[in-house]
Amino acid sequence: MIKYILKNGIRMVLLIIAISIAAFFLMTISPIDPLQTNIGQTALGIMSQEQIEQLQNYWGTNKNVVERYLEWIKDFISGNMGISLLYRQPVYDVIVQRLLNSIWILLASWLLSGILGVTFGIIAGIKEGSILDSIIKDIAILFSSTPIFWFALIVLMIFAVWLKWFPIGFSVPIGVMVENVSLFDKIHHAILPTFVLSVAGMPNIILHTRERMISVLKSDYILFAKALGKTKKQIVWQHGLRNVVLPAITLQFASISEIFSGSILAEQVFSYPGLGQIAVTAGLGGDMPLLLAVVVICACFVCGGNFLADIIYHIIDPRIQLKGKEI
Amino acid sequence: MLLEMEHITITAGQRNILKDFFLTIEEKEFVALVGASGSGKSILAHSIIGIIPENVICSGTIKYKGFILTEEKKATLLGNEIVLIPQNTSYLDPLMKVGIQVAKGKKDKKSLEKVKNLFKKYHMEESVVYKYPFMLSGGMTRRVFISSALMETPKLVIADEPTPGLHKKMAQQVVSHFREMADMGAGVLMITHDLDLAISTADKIVVLYNGEIMEVAKAINFQSQDTLYHYYTKELWKSMPKNGFYHSPIQQTSIEGCPFAHYCQKAKKECTINKIPYFVKGESIVKCLFIGGEKQCY
Repeated sequence: MIKYILKNGIRMVLLIIAISIAAFFLMTISPIDPLQTNIGQTALGIMSQEQIEQLQNYWGTNKNVVERYLEWIKDFISGNMGISLLYRQPVYDVIVQRLLNSIWILLASWLLSGILGVTFGIIAGIKEGSILDSIIKDIAILFSSTPIFWFALIVLMIFAVWLKWFPIGFSVPIGVMVENVSLFDKIHHAILPTFVLSVAGMPNIILHTRERMISVLKSDYILFAKALGKTKKQIVWQHGLRNVVLPAITLQFASISEIFSGSILAEQVFSYPGLGQIAVTAGLGGDMPLLLAVVVICACFVCGGNFLADIIYHIIDPRIQLKGKEI
Repeated sequence: MLLEMEHITITAGQRNILKDFFLTIEEKEFVALVGASGSGKSILAHSIIGIIPENVICSGTIKYKGFILTEEKKATLLGNEIVLIPQNTSYLDPLMKVGIQVAKGKKDKKSLEKVKNLFKKYHMEESVVYKYPFMLSGGMTRRVFISSALMETPKLVIADEPTPGLHKKMAQQVVSHFREMADMGAGVLMITHDLDLAISTADKIVVLYNGEIMEVAKAINFQSQDTLYHYYTKELWKSMPKNGFYHSPIQQTSIEGCPFAHYCQKAKKECTINKIPYFVKGESIVKCLFIGGEKQCY
């Protein structure tokens, strides 16, 4: 078990390093010139060649790519992620602040989509072929093919613009001092983005769980359970849930990446100052240090999620857990 | 009479899996249902229990102790008086400990104690109770199923192909446990394609071919070819290793009447035209026109 965790942990770290390398090199070959974005087109134009060279030496932009990467990653690991061009703050501070905004939305929608998704999936699977099943299934298929930003816009239009139940955006009320913002305000602002992200994450889990439940209920061991005189309720509780929930948990941890990518679009629509929005802002604004940091941090979360999925499956599935031990 | 089945016809879509099947099992009787793969044996076992797939339709009457076996009746009998012994590990929940499955999901001390005693009786260690199905060998799995049948006092035991994958000695041991159950007072129906095993332990053997009964005979009758009456049963007897390992070139035909009319030397014109009725000769029931016994109304 420890060996397995170590092996997968090392693999995960290597993967994240590979992602950082890829991101770094992609940005060096992008048309963004670090010098120009830092001091501006006009300032660069009136500078003398010596001044430019001085700046290049100062920032190290004239060194070769490998050297620059190594310096960047060394600083990055020690916590110095550079200064954000757009925010004029250390990247680390910007990310932490945004992450704190986002993390509750991400966590809440991850849990909600998981719990509700599995529940609906199980209900649909048990009642296969019924009206309830086709309603759940059809809605899930409908939403799995709905673009998240479009759905977010519709939700925004209905609940914020027409019904005015929720604010149209941001994480705190406009025109209120930071110290006067209540917890209620924060939650009130987070509800719509959370709702959109949860709904977007659910269809996959519903459809997977439903399919799994149907195949479990058709399996030989369910036949045998019936032959033992167990009622349908007993069968679902004793055998169905066990065999459905285990793979669902793994799926749920692996779906962290989807919630992350969904948050980029949802936060953009709700102008919610979170990690997702900052990725878009950094990308469009040519803010390289910030974009790189966002990419690496997101990669950490996604890889971490997959890693956890692997580990958890090993812990809860006796078939894997006991492999290698005395049988 | 413990179990009576009459006019059982099982269809899946357009295909007849079982045609006009009949069977009686008495208490203390061990009946073996023998037939090639695809002759509809397993589906018959499942139809008694009532666990056939939705697209399969079963018609006919099944009586248990003289009363028609309704769904309500089954609900109280299944797992207590009527038990199924399934084929292989896939009939055990892969994620549930074996002992708890045998105790039907109960985890209390008393039930587990009972399971442990049964396991001990069938030469399994107590620790098997806490093992998962994938950790069991083929023989152990069968003994686990037998233990699960004996959690209550079964009156009717239906064993669906309980021996494939076991070596001969182990298979004989498993079947001997069914014999014990029959001797203790239960009626046993064993579905198998191992004729040799059936002859050595069963009381009565039902020979199935292509969904129809060819012959019902006492196991003793299988000692010699002369006490068997149907062409197919004789061929089956000849195909046994100790009787010459003879391979008969039978191809399935879709003609009305006897499927063996082309091969049987006694066959006449009427064998190919009409539906063949069953005749009783001695204690055997045979689907052949040349038995000369009493015509049966099946």
